[in-house]
Amino acid sequence: MNIRTLVVSLAALCISASPVMAADTIKIGAILAVTGPASFLGGPEARTLEMLVAETNAAGGIDSKQVELIIKDSGANPEKAISFAKQLIEEERVVAVIGPSTSGETMKVKKIFEQAGTPLISCAAAEVIVNPVARYVFKTPQNDSFAVRKIYQTMQDMGIAKIAVLAGNTGFGKAGKEQLTAIAPEMGIEIVEAEVYDKDANDLSAVVAKIKANPDVQAVVNWSIVPAQAIVAKNIRQAGWDVPLFQSHGFGNIKYVETAGAAAEGIIFPAGRLLIADQLADDHPQKAVLTSYITEYEKNFDEQASTFGGHAYDAYIVLKAAIEEAGTDRAALRDAIEGISGLAGTGGVFTFSADDHNGLDIDSFEMITVKAGKFVPLAQ
Amino acid sequence: MRRLLPICLLIGAVVAVQLVTEVSDTRYYLTQLTMAAYYCLLIIGLSVLMGYAGQISLGHAGFFAIGGYLSAALTTHNLIEYNQAGLVQALQQLGLLVSTQDIYGSSLLVVAPWAAALAAVCAAALIAWLLGIPVLKLKGHYLAMATLGFGIIVYRVALASSYFGEADGISEVPPFQLPFGLAVSGDFSARVENYYIAWGVLIIGLILLRNLIDSRVGRALRAIHAAPEAAEAMGVDTARFKLKVFVISAVYAAVAGVFLTHYNGGIGPSEAGVMKSVRYVAIVAVGGMANLNGALLMGVVLSFMSLRGVFGTYDDAVFGLILIVIMLFAPKGVLSLNPLARVRATIGRRRLSREGG
Amino acid sequence: MTLELFIQYLFAGITYGSIYAIVAIGFNIIYNTTGIINFAQGEFVMLGGMISISLLPVLGLPLAIVAAVVITMIFGALLEICFIRWLVNPGVLRMIIITIGLSILTREAALHIWGESIHSLPYFVGNEITSVTIAGARISPQVLWVVGACGCMVIILSIFFQTTSVGRDMRACAANRTAATLCGINTRNMVTLSFMLSAGIGALAGCVVSPITSTAYDNGTGLAIKGFTVAILGGLGNSMAAVGAGLLLGIIEAFSVHIIPLAFQDAIAISLLLLILFIRPHGLFGSRSAGLKEF
Repeated sequence: MNIRTLVVSLAALCISASPVMAADTIKIGAILAVTGPASFLGGPEARTLEMLVAETNAAGGIDSKQVELIIKDSGANPEKAISFAKQLIEEERVVAVIGPSTSGETMKVKKIFEQAGTPLISCAAAEVIVNPVARYVFKTPQNDSFAVRKIYQTMQDMGIAKIAVLAGNTGFGKAGKEQLTAIAPEMGIEIVEAEVYDKDANDLSAVVAKIKANPDVQAVVNWSIVPAQAIVAKNIRQAGWDVPLFQSHGFGNIKYVETAGAAAEGIIFPAGRLLIADQLADDHPQKAVLTSYITEYEKNFDEQASTFGGHAYDAYIVLKAAIEEAGTDRAALRDAIEGISGLAGTGGVFTFSADDHNGLDIDSFEMITVKAGKFVPLAQ
Repeated sequence: MRRLLPICLLIGAVVAVQLVTEVSDTRYYLTQLTMAAYYCLLIIGLSVLMGYAGQISLGHAGFFAIGGYLSAALTTHNLIEYNQAGLVQALQQLGLLVSTQDIYGSSLLVVAPWAAALAAVCAAALIAWLLGIPVLKLKGHYLAMATLGFGIIVYRVALASSYFGEADGISEVPPFQLPFGLAVSGDFSARVENYYIAWGVLIIGLILLRNLIDSRVGRALRAIHAAPEAAEAMGVDTARFKLKVFVISAVYAAVAGVFLTHYNGGIGPSEAGVMKSVRYVAIVAVGGMANLNGALLMGVVLSFMSLRGVFGTYDDAVFGLILIVIMLFAPKGVLSLNPLARVRATIGRRRLSREGG
Repeated sequence: MTLELFIQYLFAGITYGSIYAIVAIGFNIIYNTTGIINFAQGEFVMLGGMISISLLPVLGLPLAIVAAVVITMIFGALLEICFIRWLVNPGVLRMIIITIGLSILTREAALHIWGESIHSLPYFVGNEITSVTIAGARISPQVLWVVGACGCMVIILSIFFQTTSVGRDMRACAANRTAATLCGINTRNMVTLSFMLSAGIGALAGCVVSPITSTAYDNGTGLAIKGFTVAILGGLGNSMAAVGAGLLLGIIEAFSVHIIPLAFQDAIAISLLLLILFIRPHGLFGSRSAGLKEF
């Protein structure tokens, strides 16, 4: 009978190190999908946060207090996110938490942060996170509905009325598909084909053949954040189909353009200005912050900055501004975040309010297209 | 008395841990211990299936998900617009529905958690039974493939159906009201209560399984495992016993899913993923097959550490490493490394040989 | 359904099918000599793709692929020598768990080496939008490469197993290990060889499919599951059957898109597989006499 082993190990686990409280640091938690199926989001987010915290600390911290960042890797598992949320709130007593990376996880931990009265700044895009508004829950990525409206406006200009929708089977794809369906009637757009593909898809030529066979389709919207979205572009062009291809703001990573190669040419999508920072006018409010983020990120990590890391950047600067304003009391911090206005981030200029916990408007998006493997603003 | 001793010790340990966390002001450890207890419920069920009935299942996360997803879906989907439908009214008459309000103040009419739980567990049992009849005829890698396939189907259906929330899963699952004013919920205030509920469920599950192993079924299973042909010749209906254990282990998984979903207030597709099933099989193997104590110990320790994120981004890597090391050096499970047990085994063998001589 | 659409679906199915078959062949080679299903097979595919992508700027495409195959073969041999060779009579379940563990470790190591972003080899001929027209349907030339590689592999493997002495030794080892040992065949080396061979095949597959599917550190698992499915569907140990089963599964998947939502494609494909398994418990082309190890 090895119950003794059980008792000993359980006791040992419980007695082991209770957290050391250091009064002169500011603890910030982060729950990110650094590994697992959403690592293409969590990876850049985690690196961005580490870089920013190191920068802050090198510059003397916030209010001369050093910042301590605790990143928890949820691997995109909601049950882990729940466990980590409770751990960060009670055990580490963080002042606020950045993340999670996916909307499914964010929806699961929303209630916990409400109950505990701790601010949460999510890096996931789905609109349900902040609509209806929960007192302590914020998010930095732009609303899907703005992206959808931008796309539909462009379609109207191009005289497109009937479209096919392809979406990845992640929280991002799901939320986008819902917004596309909901907003279509008022913009005079009809969705004639809709399919959802797997995030691990190898090849999608069959489904492309299917929607191509529908003569009504005037344009395709591919709403996805996973690498598989590049496959859609390739398969459409390989099929010799010269249809206008729209993507979502989930396409905001130059890696996807590289993977799609020649097939990426002419793709139209809405995105934050991070992707076209070098082409912005010098007096644009976001120019300085974008240039500094991109330079720093590319200096520290051997890869190009993406809008995904930008969401974590925005979450951090929002939080930092609020801490500078209100200190480390969680309730005061929440109020301070709501009071932020005109803060330039990578995703846009943030102005929060009691009923807007996203802080961005439709102008945070710019319609972008791909030309010669580079992102350029879409000529109006 | 000997049979009761380990259970008593376990109960003692559970109480002791709670007291220690109370005194040392580290109550937050109970959160992950509660979650680990529910995973352990699945793991001990799987341990009996693998260790005693000798059947591998690479699809047990599927049964966990059936339990969790069904109870979550039934207790969150609002039936108020179907208020006039005959079926809904009949359910209401039977007291199977409850009216509540969500956190934004609109009224909800949903299935009562106990009814949803019952339906979820029965569904899992039925599916296990229907699946078990053909699947348990398969052997070796074909059995592994079939159970793996079942797990993938559940995962895909959960991921593709809007009823199950697609990639986001289901959130805002209400607490599960139990008798005596207890409730399964993740509220910070209900932590100690939930810790005891979880471990209480686990210990009851453990006692039932031990009784099963020591009963006629258990003896038959051991006979099947040791010499299937001989057992068959002696009139043991091997297929029936295997099926029985398969259904029981599925019910354990579903119960675990139901409780954990209410505790977490939600469930997502990752709970149904193939990697989860693999993880469960691996924990059973690492604990030592046909060794409930080992499975329990490894289940608690590994789930606890993983849920606390002690390995950071190396969580899966460490898990893979543990698997390989244990399987290479201690294929009978981690407890076979225990020097105490070895000594006892040697003494036992000596006593046997003395008695024999 | 128009004829053009029919052919387009057919080619899509052949694309999927060849990818699955090429992975399944790797499973079968190891299974044949050892009776083990190597769950790390998908990782060989990922490694082949990743290594060739890393070497591409230095060596150029053909040499990078050759180097990737060789390096992966060495990796396969090392895996066998370090983790499997010295086990005495390991049970099937124990081997399944060890190879699952190896697969997890390889994947996580790849994550820390290459990071989480996706990479891909360039198209061997043309670029992302090049296509050739066959009977009114348009397909990427890379698909022809995949189909060709798959075909060549089957032919070369059958020649290798039928005519060379090493190949015959390996088959002897598969048929009866004890007898093979008695005949003076070093069965242990044969097992190492089979790991090398299947690692090489996996790596080659990884290179050929990389332009189509792209390569990321976690590609292996999905491919391994599909490959395993196909190997089982065909009947374990039979590479020709694996090709047939792969094409069948691929074509079913492609045509299923026409009637049911793509999101349910996998669920349907796997349900069909289970049905087939229930009716023919040893796979479509497998025979009852094929010696199956039990737990």
